[in-house]
Amino acid sequence: MPSYVDPEKCDGCKGGDKTACMYICPNDLMVLNVEEMKAYNQEPDACWECYSCVKICPQGAIMVRGYDDFVPMGGQVHPMRSSDSIMWTVKFRNGNMKRFKFPIRTTAEGAANEYPGQKGESLDDERLLLEAELPTPQKLA
Amino acid sequence: MALPNKPRGELKAVPNPEIQEHECDVLIVGGGMAACGTAFEIKKWAPEGMKITLVDKAAMERSGAVAQGLSAINTYIGENPIENYVKMVRNDLMGVVREDLIYDLGRHVDESVKLFEEWGLPIWKKDDKGENLDGAKPAPSLREGGTPVRTGKWQIMINGESYKCIVAEPAKKALGEENCLERIFIVKMLLDKNKENTIAGAVGFSVRENKVHVFKCKTALVACGGAVNIFRPRSTGEGKGRAWYPVWNAGSTYTMCAQVGATLTMMENRFTPARFKDGYGPVGAWFLLFKAKVQNGLGEFYANSDAVKGELEKFMPYGGSAVTPTCLRNHLMLNELKAGRGPIYMATDVALNAFLEERRAAGMDEKEVKKFWKHLESEAWEDFLDMSVGQAGLWAGANIEPEKVGSEIMPTEPYMLGSHSGCCGIWTSGPDEDWVPSVDGPRSHQYKWGYNRMTTVNGLFTAGDGVGASGHKFSSGSHAEGRIVAKQMVKYCRDNADFTPELSQTAQELADEIYAPVKLYHEHVGASTAADVNPNYCKPAGLMMRLMKATDEYGGGVATYYMTSGKLLNICLDLLRMLREDAAKMAAGDLHELLRAWENYHRIWCVETHIRHIEFRKESRYPGFYYRSDFPTCDDENWKAFVNSTFDPKTQEWKCEKVECINIVETEPWI
Repeated sequence: MPSYVDPEKCDGCKGGDKTACMYICPNDLMVLNVEEMKAYNQEPDACWECYSCVKICPQGAIMVRGYDDFVPMGGQVHPMRSSDSIMWTVKFRNGNMKRFKFPIRTTAEGAANEYPGQKGESLDDERLLLEAELPTPQKLA
Repeated sequence: MALPNKPRGELKAVPNPEIQEHECDVLIVGGGMAACGTAFEIKKWAPEGMKITLVDKAAMERSGAVAQGLSAINTYIGENPIENYVKMVRNDLMGVVREDLIYDLGRHVDESVKLFEEWGLPIWKKDDKGENLDGAKPAPSLREGGTPVRTGKWQIMINGESYKCIVAEPAKKALGEENCLERIFIVKMLLDKNKENTIAGAVGFSVRENKVHVFKCKTALVACGGAVNIFRPRSTGEGKGRAWYPVWNAGSTYTMCAQVGATLTMMENRFTPARFKDGYGPVGAWFLLFKAKVQNGLGEFYANSDAVKGELEKFMPYGGSAVTPTCLRNHLMLNELKAGRGPIYMATDVALNAFLEERRAAGMDEKEVKKFWKHLESEAWEDFLDMSVGQAGLWAGANIEPEKVGSEIMPTEPYMLGSHSGCCGIWTSGPDEDWVPSVDGPRSHQYKWGYNRMTTVNGLFTAGDGVGASGHKFSSGSHAEGRIVAKQMVKYCRDNADFTPELSQTAQELADEIYAPVKLYHEHVGASTAADVNPNYCKPAGLMMRLMKATDEYGGGVATYYMTSGKLLNICLDLLRMLREDAAKMAAGDLHELLRAWENYHRIWCVETHIRHIEFRKESRYPGFYYRSDFPTCDDENWKAFVNSTFDPKTQEWKCEKVECINIVETEPWI
C-alpha cells in the first residue's frame, strides 16, 4: 500500500532541503524534487505502509493507495494524529465508513524522563539502573 | 543525451565523496529498540568525558521493527517465575537455546516495560470488574501494582501507535542529540591493526550527501535488526514492500559481525510466520485476546483432531506442550494445505459473535450488547491500525467486516531474526556469574567470557535480533538487552583503558571501497542508452530478485512448501557464490541506490550463512519452518546441539561446528 503525495497540498516543506517525509521515512523512500518543490515516493514497491510520512506531513498531503497487486480499489485508511491520540477513518470499497480513536501517549511530548545525572553503583555486577537485587535460577537441571 | 541513461533518484552520487573521520569510545550501530535501550542506560555507567556516538540509517523516532507501532508487548514476566519463561522459549524453539541468555533477559525485561509506561506508553489495565481499560484511562501503573490485560501468559496489550517515538525520546535525550547521527548507513565493522580479534571502528556513508564516515572506537554495539527480502515473497509486485518484518532490515547485523570473525549460531533457524494473507496483519490478538480458532477449507477446526494429536506426538517433548511450538503449528497448517484442504481461515466471525452471545446469555440487554460490540470492534481494528495498517487497508478494499466473515491466513516467506519467534544470530557471552556453565575450549564453545553479550570478537557487542539462540525477546526484551550491553561496554572500556584503536586501511581506501558501486556506474553508464541495462554492471534491484529466486527455488522457500535437500542446498550455494562475485559489479547512480547496493551485500552474506547451516545440520529441526527431504525428522539423539559457524577474515574460510547445548533449568517437568 504505497504512499503518494497530493501535489495541490504538498509545499515541499517550504523550501528546506529536508522535508518532514524525508526526515521520517524509515526506508529512505520520500524525496523532494527541488525544481517542482514537491515530494514523492521514489520506490513504491519498497513501502512498508508504516504511515510514518502520512502521520508527520504538516500539510496532510500524503495518503496511501492499496498495493495494486492484491488490494481491490476504492478503500482508504487515513489517520489524524495529535499529541495524545490518533483518529482513523476507514473507508470501504462499498462506501461504508468506520471511525476509531485511540490514545497514543499519556505524557507531554518531550517529557520522558531520561534520568539525567543518575549513576549506577558497581560496574562489576549485572544490576542495571533502578533494579533491585537480581535473582538466579532456582529450579535447576 | 535525453535518454533514460541517467540516475533515477534526486540525490546524485559522485565518484569521489567527502570523507569525515570520527573518534569515540563507544559506537552504537543501529537505532531500534535495542540501541535505544543502550542509549538510555549507558550514561548511567559512563564516566565523565566518555564519548558515545549512535549511528542510525533512518530517524530514531521511527526506525527499526517498532517504527509503525505495536498493539502488544509480548514479553512481560510479571507474576510468572522466570524459569517458566525459559521453559516456554526452550520448547517453542525446539530445545536448542541458550538458557543463560534467556533467563538473564527475563530478569531485566520488566524494568524496560515499566520505563515505557512511565515515559508515556498507554498500557491496558483491568478495572475492578475485570473489564479492559485502554491505556489512557486512570488506573495504577505497573510500578504501582496495576493489573495489565494479559492475553497469554507473557503478553500484555498496549495502545502502541507511538511506541517507538516514546522509547526514542529519552534515548536521544540521554545521549544528547548531537551524539545521534541519523541517515548514516554503517556497512562494515573494522578490526584493529595491531590487536588480534579486536574491534576498532566502522565505516559507512550518508544517504543525504556524498560523504563517507569513518569511525574509530574502543567498543561497538551492532544492533541493526534481522533480515527481510531474502526469500522470494508471496507478493512480487508493489506488495513486496508489505513484508511481515520491516522491509529495511537487510541482515546487516549478522553480516557485519560475521565478516570480522564473530561466531554465528543457529543461522539455520528462520521464522516463517503464519499471518493474515497478503496484508500480513498480526494473529496474536486474534488467537489470544479474541480466542479465535483456525478452520480449514472444509470448515473443520482441525487443530484438536486425533490426527493432529498423533502428528504432534512425533515431536516429543516439544509437541506435547499445551501451547504447540510455532513451527509445529505451521507444520499442521501445511499438512492441511498440501492435502488440498485449504485455504485456512481465522474464524474471526465465530470468535467475535461468541463474545456477544456470552453477554446475551449472561442477561445483558441489546443496548448494552451494542455498546460492548462497539468497544470490541474497536479493539479488533486497533490491533491492525497500531502495527499493520496495510491489513486494515486490505479489509477496507475487500469490504471485509471481521464479524461477518473469516479471513484467510497463510505461512509467509521466510525471515531471519533473533528477537521474535526465531533464534538465529551471533554467539555471545552470557553473564559472568556462577550459575552460567563453564565450558572448556574456544569462545565458540563457551557460555561466558567476561562481558555479557559480547561476541567472540573483543569489544564487539550485539543485542535484540543480533543475539542468537535466545528468541522471544520481542520489543521489550530487545530494549532490555540493549540496557544490559550498555553497562558491559562501559566495563570493557574501563578494563581496556590503555587500548588505542588503529585501523589497518586508510580513510581514503575505505571510501573507495564504499563508493565502488558509484565509480562503476560512472565508468560504464555511457555503454548503453538505458541506465539499468548495461553489460558491465548490474543494478541492486535486479540482484535482489536474483537472490530471492535462488533461495526460493533451492533453499526451501514458498515455491516448494519450504522443502529442500542436501542436493538443492549445494546448488543454492553455487548460485550464491556467483551472486557474491557479481555483487562486486553492482552499480549505483544515486545515494538511494548506493544504500540498496550495500543492503544487498549484507543480504547475500547473511543468506549464505543460513544455507550453510541448514546444509550442515543433517535433520529437520523446525518442521513447518523448513524441511530437508533427505533428513525429514527432528533427530534429538544426534542434533540436540547448536550449529556454530565462524568466518576467518584472514583466510576467508568458513568453519561450521556442532556445539553442546546445556540445560540449566530443570527438564522434569519439561514445561
